[in-house]
Amino acid sequence: MSGLSLRRLRAMLVKESWQILRDPSTMLIAFVLPVILLLIFGYALNLDTGRTRIGLSLQDGGEAAASLAGDFRHSPWFSVVEVGDVPHLKDDLVAGTIRGIVVIPQDFSRMAARGGGDIQVITDGSLPNNAAFIAAYAEGVRQSWTAARAGHPASPPPLSLTLRYWFNPGSVSRFFLVPGAIAIVMTMIGSLLTALVLAREWERGTMEAILATPLGMGELLLTKVVPYYGLGLGATALCTLVSLLLFGVPFRGSVLALFLIASCYLFCALGQGLMISALARSQYVASQIALLAAFLPSLLLSGFIYEIASAPRWVQWITLIVPARYLIPSLQTVFLAGDDWGQFLPDMGKMLLFGAVFFLVTRWRMRRRVA
Amino acid sequence: MVKRFGAVTALAGVDLVLHGGQMTGLVGPDGAGKTTLIRILAGLVDADEGSAQVLGASATQMRRQSLGYMPQRFGLYEDLSVLENLTLYAELRALPDAERSATFARLLDFTDLARFQSRLAGQLSGGMKQKLGLACALVSQPQVLLLDEPGVGVDPVSRHELWDMVRAMAGEGVGVLWSTAYLDEAERCDQVYLLSEGALVHAGPPGEMMARVAGRVVQVAVPASERRERLHALRASGVVMDAVRHGEALRLLLRQPVDQVDPALGLSNADIIAPRFEDGFIDALGGADLAESALAAQYRTIPENDAPAIEAKGLTKRYGAFTAAGDISFSVPRGTIFGLLGPNGAGKSTTFRMLCGLITASAGTGSVAGHDLRRARADARQSLGYMAQKFSLYGDLSVRQNLAFFAGIYGLSGHAAREAIAHVTQVFHLSAMLDMNAGTLPLGFRQRLSLACAVMHQPPVLFLDEPTSGVDPLVRREFWNHITALVDKGVTVLVTTHFMDEAEYCDRIALVHQSRLIASGTPDELRTLAGAGQGPVATMDQAFAALIRAADTAREKAA
Amino acid sequence: MMRWLAFLTRCRAMIVKEMWAVLRDPRARIILIAPPIMQLVLFASAATLEVRNVDIGVLDLDHGPAAHEVLGQMAGSPNIRVLVPLASYEALARAIDRRQVLCAVILPEGLSRDVAARHPASAGAVCDGRRSNSAQIMGGYLSQIVGQAGLALRGVEARAGGQNGLPGGQSTVRHMFNPNLDFLLFVLPALVATVASISALSVAGQSVARERELGSFDQLMVAPLRLSEILIGKMAPPLIVGLVNATLYLLVITMLFGEPLRGSLISYYLATFFFLTANIGLGMTVSSLAQTQQQAFLGIFLVAVPVNLLSGFAAPVDNMPLALRIIAQADPQKHMVVLMEGLFLKAMPMMAVLANVWPLMAISAVTLTVSTLLFRSRME
Repeated sequence: MSGLSLRRLRAMLVKESWQILRDPSTMLIAFVLPVILLLIFGYALNLDTGRTRIGLSLQDGGEAAASLAGDFRHSPWFSVVEVGDVPHLKDDLVAGTIRGIVVIPQDFSRMAARGGGDIQVITDGSLPNNAAFIAAYAEGVRQSWTAARAGHPASPPPLSLTLRYWFNPGSVSRFFLVPGAIAIVMTMIGSLLTALVLAREWERGTMEAILATPLGMGELLLTKVVPYYGLGLGATALCTLVSLLLFGVPFRGSVLALFLIASCYLFCALGQGLMISALARSQYVASQIALLAAFLPSLLLSGFIYEIASAPRWVQWITLIVPARYLIPSLQTVFLAGDDWGQFLPDMGKMLLFGAVFFLVTRWRMRRRVA
Repeated sequence: MVKRFGAVTALAGVDLVLHGGQMTGLVGPDGAGKTTLIRILAGLVDADEGSAQVLGASATQMRRQSLGYMPQRFGLYEDLSVLENLTLYAELRALPDAERSATFARLLDFTDLARFQSRLAGQLSGGMKQKLGLACALVSQPQVLLLDEPGVGVDPVSRHELWDMVRAMAGEGVGVLWSTAYLDEAERCDQVYLLSEGALVHAGPPGEMMARVAGRVVQVAVPASERRERLHALRASGVVMDAVRHGEALRLLLRQPVDQVDPALGLSNADIIAPRFEDGFIDALGGADLAESALAAQYRTIPENDAPAIEAKGLTKRYGAFTAAGDISFSVPRGTIFGLLGPNGAGKSTTFRMLCGLITASAGTGSVAGHDLRRARADARQSLGYMAQKFSLYGDLSVRQNLAFFAGIYGLSGHAAREAIAHVTQVFHLSAMLDMNAGTLPLGFRQRLSLACAVMHQPPVLFLDEPTSGVDPLVRREFWNHITALVDKGVTVLVTTHFMDEAEYCDRIALVHQSRLIASGTPDELRTLAGAGQGPVATMDQAFAALIRAADTAREKAA
Repeated sequence: MMRWLAFLTRCRAMIVKEMWAVLRDPRARIILIAPPIMQLVLFASAATLEVRNVDIGVLDLDHGPAAHEVLGQMAGSPNIRVLVPLASYEALARAIDRRQVLCAVILPEGLSRDVAARHPASAGAVCDGRRSNSAQIMGGYLSQIVGQAGLALRGVEARAGGQNGLPGGQSTVRHMFNPNLDFLLFVLPALVATVASISALSVAGQSVARERELGSFDQLMVAPLRLSEILIGKMAPPLIVGLVNATLYLLVITMLFGEPLRGSLISYYLATFFFLTANIGLGMTVSSLAQTQQQAFLGIFLVAVPVNLLSGFAAPVDNMPLALRIIAQADPQKHMVVLMEGLFLKAMPMMAVLANVWPLMAISAVTLTVSTLLFRSRME
């Protein structure tokens, strides 16, 4: 067939761009979704625990017990919302209005006078992270109360650990969520939108008319890739700017590195989108496949929220074929650590390899035939 | 060429030659294999056997710059404007920049779309889309033009314009393949290939088809009161292969020349008239089924009633400043067929949809079977049967499930539902395909199923929106046979159609143009009116065109 | 009586038709049933906020008994897979940079000496803040391990009050409902809410948009169907599919994962029913607004993401700022997570169930009304 024609390419690109600009749903996904995601990640997905609602059962009338109860009330970690007997408080625990119960038992004041004084902590184990937190911090409150009572600060433990978090000293969770937001947005644009727009051309019959023109198959694929590549980069830039300006996420790497990493992933995601649409010519089926094969894995199996190493072995094997898995580490590094080409290059290579496979399958499956 | 899809043979050994400078018609009912054939020629489908050569190269390897192709759905991007669509195809087909402005000006002028350059293609009317689709196919002056049913769903006036445009192209040496289900279009082609179920029935000049029935097509005047008995007698005689109404007269296709027919049938005073392509087609297929309608036989008789069955009083629909239908009034008495005709986008569909309650009128009132559309909408809906223009049943449900659903939503249950389903299944020959998906049925059967769903609850009023679009003449005969028989039982029918010969079946016709009712009357009255005092024009087609022209002229004068 | 009969006949026809439309295609049947179950199993396995099996680096500059004790304790931890010995600070930096280890423990020179001399001794640890969540959790584990190693070195039982210089007393901790704080027990019930929501939203989201694009909408409009009958029909498939799936989840969770339903079966289905209607209302609202199937699909996606993330599954609602906590009250999935945790783990009694079901009823009422109004206005 005839070689690549710049003229045809330009005409198709202009057409595709107009279509993108005129469809509100495309713009919604490219420019509204990133902002919503970032806002939620920035404000709602706060994994750093704040004040926890607890109940207090004060069974001892003594002064010591009252003093410890006061410490719990003024603790920055807890907010005591309920005071009462244990069975009553357990009902609240079941209903979820409180997350833990601190019991100061009957003979607490007497024991405290002797240098002892045990308390009981009951937690809502249905929220394991919260439960562990409550147990640890309740003990902390008790220890500092005991130490203060004894008139001398708690003697330090024989051996302690000084923790430092590199790249993110405050260990702010939104810092590590931003790369995830970018990955989701790029997957949506690269895989889902491309799969949908190609399926739409088949459904509406425009593909038939286009195929009867001199436009080559390679040119057709190229004109689908370029605008969505641009859109994906645009959305990535938007995500970056919002997270830098609004959330103060550091950006320690170079723009060039971010650009190259994003480009490699988009190449791969676009290939996946085109492959899906080459296999399914209906929008409904294409969207379902894109959701199951592209979106959910990149959210849950990419290591962005859940640690891959902690999953069972068979799940770890599956993650090896999730392209986003190779994107997230590089993105985290380029934002928080800086350029590290020794890490970027192998991951970029893997993404390009996936992309190349997707494009080859697409080229092989997609024929210039309508039936 | 042979093409199979699974067990279905779409094309069974078809040979076809397309000459430059000629209009070649590709004719046949829907599902005959026309689209498959055109797609093979456009290099979009591979033939299983045989080969296709276009401009000296195999179809898949040809120079696509020289090919103009307009698929059935035009291939327009609805979210691009007229000019953007045109530019896209010009660039793809490598129209030299120097020629561009001249070519665009010519095409826009040619298609009368210059005023709408910046309008989105999705907002054009059907006729305008068609013209734009053609303009896109023509943009680089192709040597071969393949048009897949360019006339379907387009009003007669636009269809004529389109035809003239393409004819002019052929005059410049372009080879044109025009596929169509409208047999009157075939009549005007240079060469005709007639396909039926994938096989070639006829190839040659259309005159040959007409010649085979010469002297056997007659028209006989019959008063309305005697029409039924005469038809009955004629059918019983076995001489008649086809009988259709033509205003107050009957148009017959006989098995033998009229002078050899038994004089007792009373055809001695019949006029021999010029046959149409359709007559030859029906002859080639062995004649139409003229049996009494089994549907009507079991239909309840709608009680006599002096009140009009359908009534429109000053119906108006406005969208912002735009009036889609203005002050439309008519009334349809019980037991008659009322035709609503008009160009695409004239307001005919809007009126139709207001009367069946799909859209609410901005002003005016309407009633169906005595139920006011504003106050008793649910009662009005219960008393009408509706058959949409596009196939609008559930394509992914089986025939049986579709029937059960429509029985249920019209309140039939248990025994009554089972009986109604069994009856329409038998009447419309659907029993063999009860478990097939409705969407995979051949078009003729899909239309039968649509009609079956509309009449199962025996409504007193039927709304039929282009019920026979795209189906072959035999199925059309069957439909009209049912419809006219139902009317004899007192059913009232409101119908729209683009087949002007079908307009002849109507007792009264209303012509809607530019949102107004411009004329109404019996078919004969309209033909007379169109003649403007010089005697009636010959066909509804001509009447339609003349009345619209007259309305346009009057409008320009007023302005 | 007659009117009721006709109503029932029409409703039945609508429901049967809608069910067939969803279920007739064998591919569609698989899409409706298999992925939700797959998601449940796969995500239950993948979605853990526990940190297990990670590699930890060790830079040992001490080589004394203290270092020996710390290393021994670390090697015994189930959270750590491999201890990677590091030779220098440079090696440590590289190991962190290249993500070979999540954290690296530094045992400084003289650690054993300090411990022996009863000076307060301190080891160091560097964690990869890029993975701040896992790093924080691992940091917590490491602090604990090191602390215990210290006590072991001092040769004392941590709990003996007063004798080791620490003030006496202790907290006895009881984790109710989930004594071992097994993360899976939390994830499974929450996933029921997530997966059921995605399934109901996507089926309901296509309902109106698909019918409109296929052209059968007009046919429905001219039939003598009342709005309520059409809506009941449209609600049926996501509701029935949702209830069937809910039954399957219950079977998978109790049989495959061995976690019993401690609350009553009636409460489980009551909660599921109103959760589904709330999601169907959301889905149909989007569907009525959309012009095309594509818009419906992307719209559903745009709704599903915040609904999911604000539900308290990914992060506790308690931790959110006030404004988002208020918004989360309108999120059906938030209430459903509470209900499912309550029913599977806490044997939640009927009164507590109702207290969480009524918000679902309110959300259903609002979303279904809005979708009905939109639907009616689109009928014109």
